[in-house]
Amino acid sequence: MDNGKQVQGPVSFVRVLLKGLLLFALVNLLFAWWDPGGLGKLSAYNILFRGRERLPFGESPSQSYNLSLLDLDAMFASHKLDGLPKPATEYRVIVIGDSSVWGTLLRPEETLAGQLDAAGLAACHGRQVRVYNLGYPTISLFKDLMFLERAMDYEPDLIVWPMTLEAFPLDKQLTSPIVSYNAETARALIEKYGLSLDVHDPALVEAGFWQGTIIGQRRNLADLIRLQLYGVMWAATGIDQVYPSDYTPAQVDFDPDESFHDFEPPVLDGSQLAFEIIATGLQAAGGTPVLIVNEPMLVSTGQNSDLRYNFYYPRWAYDQYRQMMAEHSAQGGWTYLDLWDIVPNNEFTNSAIHMTPVGEGYMVGQVGTNILEKACEAR
Amino acid sequence: MTLPHILIFGAAALLVGLLTRNRNRLYPMLAISILAVYTLQPALPVRGLDFWLPTATLVLAALSWFVTASPTERSLRGQWPTVGLLAGIVAILASTRYIDLPFLLTAGRPPQVQQVAVALVGAGLLGIIFSRAPKWLLGVWLVLLLVIFLVLKTPALAAMAGSILRGWTQQSRELASAVDVRWLGFSYVAFRIIHTIRDRQSGRLPAVSLGEYVTYVIFFPSLTAGPIDRLERFTQDLRKPLSLTSGDLLRAGERLVVGLFKKFIVADSLALIALNATNAGQVQSAGWMWVLLYAYSFQIFFDFSGYTDVAIGIGLLVGIKLPENFNAPYRKPNLTQFWNNWHMTLTQWFRAYFFNPITRSLRSKKVPIPIIIFVTQIATMMLIGLWHGVTWNFVLWGLWHGLGLFIHNRWSEWTRARAAAWAITKARQVILNVSGALLTFHFVALGWVFFALPTPDVSWKVLLTLFGAGS
Repeated sequence: MDNGKQVQGPVSFVRVLLKGLLLFALVNLLFAWWDPGGLGKLSAYNILFRGRERLPFGESPSQSYNLSLLDLDAMFASHKLDGLPKPATEYRVIVIGDSSVWGTLLRPEETLAGQLDAAGLAACHGRQVRVYNLGYPTISLFKDLMFLERAMDYEPDLIVWPMTLEAFPLDKQLTSPIVSYNAETARALIEKYGLSLDVHDPALVEAGFWQGTIIGQRRNLADLIRLQLYGVMWAATGIDQVYPSDYTPAQVDFDPDESFHDFEPPVLDGSQLAFEIIATGLQAAGGTPVLIVNEPMLVSTGQNSDLRYNFYYPRWAYDQYRQMMAEHSAQGGWTYLDLWDIVPNNEFTNSAIHMTPVGEGYMVGQVGTNILEKACEAR
Repeated sequence: MTLPHILIFGAAALLVGLLTRNRNRLYPMLAISILAVYTLQPALPVRGLDFWLPTATLVLAALSWFVTASPTERSLRGQWPTVGLLAGIVAILASTRYIDLPFLLTAGRPPQVQQVAVALVGAGLLGIIFSRAPKWLLGVWLVLLLVIFLVLKTPALAAMAGSILRGWTQQSRELASAVDVRWLGFSYVAFRIIHTIRDRQSGRLPAVSLGEYVTYVIFFPSLTAGPIDRLERFTQDLRKPLSLTSGDLLRAGERLVVGLFKKFIVADSLALIALNATNAGQVQSAGWMWVLLYAYSFQIFFDFSGYTDVAIGIGLLVGIKLPENFNAPYRKPNLTQFWNNWHMTLTQWFRAYFFNPITRSLRSKKVPIPIIIFVTQIATMMLIGLWHGVTWNFVLWGLWHGLGLFIHNRWSEWTRARAAAWAITKARQVILNVSGALLTFHFVALGWVFFALPTPDVSWKVLLTLFGAGS
């Protein structure tokens, strides 16, 4: 001791190292214990730069300035809807669904939601129709239900829900990554609405304690940061998807094959299709009307087109599906629009359900009319 | 260097530092450096080239010792352990062609052992010939290095070299490109060798052993991105007995952690939004273009200075205190100070071996001072630009900085007295420094437009967009 001041000895490297490691372990454990589930809600979108026109999704981030991630909070916080208080003069329409709604190979303004929004539809009671895209490129009705439930936070006046038979088989409801890695949300939804899906389905990924540490969450945390950074590029360029000049067009010639998942012709077993999820969706929407749309698909005239409509569907299965949809909608009092064949073959792009802007335009007229009808019914 | 490379080399350096306490650590350092030359070399499309180029680096380094050592020091007596280590490691690496290793020490499958043996014997014979080398060989060696440099840095010449090499290996010549001859670390290796050649020519080069010389040239932490050390300083550290203290380890650890954070967190994140050839054409608004340019400016700084921190940190673990390369360059109040603090070892190198000799030469011819400054600044900066690649954009970048340095020199000459008279209070000095730093940063940032983009027309469009005049 000298003049009351402590004389500092040389700092021990080993002590510093041990302290550092201990602190790191402690912070990791605290992070896992605290479980900051809502971290994704912290977003620079709609604050530092504009929100996205559609939910984040992309496999080549450096080119599309977009990426696929599993944090639903972060995904929705990046959408422009999240930053928009609903004006009294707005009739808010939210479109949910698969990649055909999200708009694979389409610019945001070319999608169904984009074209409907640009149409400037004026609803009754002096309200302006504004349409938002909450589609997401995986095909599963349960995924749609998850998104519909979240969409309700944004006070929609109408939900448009395009769907196709591929989204119905029960065994694929929980298998898409966005569902299986949001197991807690999925289970809560199954239990809340008493769905017949298995809450212990192995597809639902159980996150253990160690996955909750910073080390365990490193990928998700990195995705969160990348989503914010790519937001800068999205805002600067308006690009959120790669638009290749060339792509493989949808298949029109087929093998003589009539298979559809595990279903056996000639009868489509309705008990293995997730019609209950549609009914649940209507329930989740509460008093908000839902417009259910059987989305357009490519009707092939190529080889073996007498057996199959397209890559996805044999004729026997799809015809019965349409019949069932009509029956369910009649029984359930759904507002249902069957647009399965309104788009000509040449207006499909790289899949039997992905359309060109012109193809989307065919839907716009029909769906737009229904939106206006619903808007005028509402008070 | 990737993160695994850094961790492995860091661990290896720590091991050497701890195990060779007060003993000779030359050979372990040389061995790691030799392995690093092969491990860091990326895979190349030309068959076997990703083995031959690292081998050429070693041969070049070893032969350069014969060329630069004074005739009395060139004897192979006492150098056999180094020769054995060099040849032994190369032979072992070549023999991995026949062994299934769970990890790869070379980028691709090594060539046949007999080919490697012939190459080693050839290199040995050259060494014997060079041990009696006349003085003029120094000049020839310098020219050879510059010619290789020119070929590697000129896209058309590099593609031509790729085409020739493809012909030798009977691969499609149509697919030849500049990437075919991506010779990792050659730039920095050449800088170090040229430094020794020039210092030998001026009689200032210290006597060093073959092992010390080769270790200096290919020292693993600074192989790929510098800093460019000086031989006399490096060997001084190398010859000091090493006894790592807690303080040394902490200093090294701090530099490593800071470097890794700068490079892999800050720079790599900024890279996602930094100006590049693709997004340059996608952004139409001035505001966003500035954001991208700022991101690039900071990305290049954090990337490069992060690597330097890592190199210095690893160097400290083996008792080598590599020189600093960056000293807060973006906070400097003028362009001259910026260049005294940005990639310092490169600018010092150019100052020592290009700028000063030319200045002396022009002064001796009684050329007026402003003209000397103009010529030397422009020539030096253009040469630094061309070192990055022989393209118009690097020429423009060099010209931009050369003109900037000249204008700053003349301006400060004119305003020095006035500025001193005005900045009599602390507040005024701060105003002068901050405004100078902001102006300098933006001048440098605008220069990055040429550096980051491939062609003058793309750069010009970006500059127009930045000032609201884009289409």
